[in-house]
Amino acid sequence: MNYQFDFAWLATYWPVFVDGIAMTIRLIVVGGVVGISLGTFCAWSRALGPAWLKPAVVTYVELIRNTPFMIQLFFIFFGLPAAGFRLTEVEAATLAMVINLGAYSAEIIRAGIEATPKGQFEAGASLAMSPIQTFRHVVLIPALQKIWPALASQVVIVMLGSAVVSQIAVEDLTYAANFVQSRTFRAFEAYFISTAIYLGLAMLLRFALLRLGHVLFPHKRAAR
Amino acid sequence: MTQFTFMDILRNLLIATEWTVILSLVSFIGGGLLGLLLLFMRIGKSRVLPPVVKIYTELFQGTPLLMQLFLAFFGLGLFGIDVPPWLAAGLALVLWTAAFLVEIWRGCVEAIPKGQWEASASLGMSYVEQMRHIILPQALKVAIPPTVGFSVQVVKGTALTSIIGFTELSKAGTVLTNATFQPFTVYGLVALIYFALCFPLSQVARLLERKMNVAHRH
Repeated sequence: MNYQFDFAWLATYWPVFVDGIAMTIRLIVVGGVVGISLGTFCAWSRALGPAWLKPAVVTYVELIRNTPFMIQLFFIFFGLPAAGFRLTEVEAATLAMVINLGAYSAEIIRAGIEATPKGQFEAGASLAMSPIQTFRHVVLIPALQKIWPALASQVVIVMLGSAVVSQIAVEDLTYAANFVQSRTFRAFEAYFISTAIYLGLAMLLRFALLRLGHVLFPHKRAAR
Repeated sequence: MTQFTFMDILRNLLIATEWTVILSLVSFIGGGLLGLLLLFMRIGKSRVLPPVVKIYTELFQGTPLLMQLFLAFFGLGLFGIDVPPWLAAGLALVLWTAAFLVEIWRGCVEAIPKGQWEASASLGMSYVEQMRHIILPQALKVAIPPTVGFSVQVVKGTALTSIIGFTELSKAGTVLTNATFQPFTVYGLVALIYFALCFPLSQVARLLERKMNVAHRH
């Protein structure tokens, strides 16, 4: 191997990576918040929602979980305009991430809800709470607390999967690497740097989410 | 100028599906073999190997598969060889699959109660004999449902190889879209074909899991 590694271009091109990182973070923050909300709604519909909603949710979850994210993205960005639904690149990428995370988090949150003993529902009802109140205070919060680590992992997976949005010209971290390699012909170095940044982002995101879990769901074990 | 009918599109997509299936099988089998090797290193008694394998899995699980494909593609190129896309695709997917399978399987081996290790050790079995006769047969049973479940991720993962130029289902979808200007139909069909490949696997995994849970309750 006679290849000379060269990272000198970083001096000129580092701002491109900074912009890319900002876009990747923006996508996962919006996609994460809205996606988990959608997932919570779907989990609620499957557990307690009206009968007509359940098959729709099951179909949605299975369709998304059994097709590649890239195809979902292409369908939304290239396919939907043909049906009169036009989105910008960033909107399409965000929507694809929301839909994707929504389906996976629905299954994760549902597992948490199903782990709730039936007596909890009954106890809530006996305190004259409405079904919605019972769901929010008695079922959902402990369920989220239980499955939070799994949910955090899924958000990290979606963040890593978002590398594909560069294919519809969203200027994320992968796009930055593509841009730099096309200018400098230092393909391996450009992808090496961006891979390392992704690894750092994944570790940081995971850490931040677990901390957030401690803030959102403080342990009340002593009350048991 | 040729016109593509719906059947033409479907037929071309199905031809390309063959490559998705082949690449999935190669990745899954190759990744499984490498994963097994890494598993022995991970749970062995050596002091050096387990942390090395742990770093390996963290690296592959903590970075995008797309980046791994790019690095395989351009990394192999550094050695001065002309890298065909199938080689980079196969290599990256095998390494990626192995990283996930080794973690799944490690969990299964660790789920075997410690008493089984102690009992077999007290019968004078060597490490290899313990593994071969006591631990692995039991771990295998626990491992089948999540392993089948992960195969869905492998099939979906192959879609990314179209980006480095491997011609499979997704690439065929892009090419056909450019030829027909019918992205809605083409990508809709592509999604349905992926669904037809993945949904049965998901269902089998779920069924096996349920069956095992019932067996455990008794």
